[in-house]
Amino acid sequence: MTAAVTVSDLVVHRGARRVLHEVSCSVPPGRVTGLLGPSGSGKSTLLRAVVGVQRVHSGTVTVLGRPAGAAELRARVGYVTQSPSVYPDLTVRENARYFAALAGRDAAAADAALADVGLGAAAGQLVGALSGGQRGRASLACALVARPELLVLDEPTVGLDPLLRVELWAHFHALAAAGTTLVVSSHVMDEAGRCDQLLLLRDGRLLSDSTPAQLRARTGTDDLEEAFLSLVRAEQVPA
Amino acid sequence: MTTALSPRLTSATAGRVLRQLRHDHRTVAMLLVLPSALLGLLYLLWADVPTPRGQPDTFDRIGLTMLGVFPFVVMFLVTSIAMLRERTSGTLERLLTTPLSRLDLLLGYGTAFGLAAALQAVVTVTIATTAYDLDVAGPLALVVLIAVVDAVLGVALGLLASAFARSEFQAVQFMPVVVLPQFFLCGLLVPRDQLAGWLQAVADVLPLTYAVEALQEVGASPEATGTMWVDVGVVAGAALLALGLAAATLRRRTS
Repeated sequence: MTAAVTVSDLVVHRGARRVLHEVSCSVPPGRVTGLLGPSGSGKSTLLRAVVGVQRVHSGTVTVLGRPAGAAELRARVGYVTQSPSVYPDLTVRENARYFAALAGRDAAAADAALADVGLGAAAGQLVGALSGGQRGRASLACALVARPELLVLDEPTVGLDPLLRVELWAHFHALAAAGTTLVVSSHVMDEAGRCDQLLLLRDGRLLSDSTPAQLRARTGTDDLEEAFLSLVRAEQVPA
Repeated sequence: MTTALSPRLTSATAGRVLRQLRHDHRTVAMLLVLPSALLGLLYLLWADVPTPRGQPDTFDRIGLTMLGVFPFVVMFLVTSIAMLRERTSGTLERLLTTPLSRLDLLLGYGTAFGLAAALQAVVTVTIATTAYDLDVAGPLALVVLIAVVDAVLGVALGLLASAFARSEFQAVQFMPVVVLPQFFLCGLLVPRDQLAGWLQAVADVLPLTYAVEALQEVGASPEATGTMWVDVGVVAGAALLALGLAAATLRRRTS
């Protein structure tokens, strides 16, 4: 099976600082891939490179067989930024309908996307009047409405109540089962176990690219947080 | 984001911008009422000042010019702030990952605020010619047309200026930078043929000069003149140029 996303030797500089150090990894199609690491580890930068809005220093990113950011990919890739990027002075429904129109979908698709994120009842409210968690879900709905082949989500579950988080993860897996490829970043290790594939990032370096089961086996612990720590320690011990 | 235009995406974007405006009742009220109120102040200013024999009425001359200046200034400000918000809120970055092209986005803004300006111009022209007895020799529809073209110029320059502003504080300060020199040199304060040669040359490349000249043509002659159409064309061309430059400042990849 060809990878949905292939990253090769990606180097990204921000100012004088190198924020990604020759990162190479791949994302399997039709799966939920988790990008995990502490805040400031370069997760958002890597996701921005995948959707093609990040200026890269060297290396390549191939998405659905095309260079990242290629014009024809824009109808096939959905992106949700970490801070909700929706219009606060529009209602939830107006936001969803605008992004639906940009993707060539109709109003019914917009309503369906709102129902998927549990915002059906809040559709008539201004986004600016919503709580932070609701705003994030509105932002997510605006990406879901396009029904993209690849969905790139930057910390979509931050600030959500546990029940909603479980529902969203179930929705992500339902999308994956229907063929969508998802890349979901998180700094919460307890979400790692929900992913089919795990990319662990720290200080702009990829520590691991494996399934949760492989990671547990390799580090000899059932706790993924512990596993992450043991990888970090192994990295720090001079060879 | 591509460069190919899509009328469907442009109109979706214009509709979105208008819906944002509609939710902001105070802004709508100010857009519609403020120019008329300010024009009323100008009317009262000259109401009791005698006009020298053989000279055109001062309010007729200045009031008519202001019908072109108001939409230009207001739309410049509104657009530069609106676009700055797109940049700082992350919605621009998101739009750049969708099939919407850069020109679709900018033309969407131009269309939305152009329509708002048309409504504003109809209100202002109606009040000016009834309540304030503004005398216009030519058709009022042409005054509205020129006001709308001026507004689109304001939108285009506002979109361009927003690229050079990092904050709303900076964005509002571009207003005097862009607007005041054009206003000083447009021929309203001092007739252009009385300006020093080099100032005249500067005035000749500033688009507001042509907008004001177009309005003066409509004010003076009952039929549309060739000069007026050339002036309108120059202003529209300047607006398109500014939109093109603004599109070039929308970088898809940032660091």
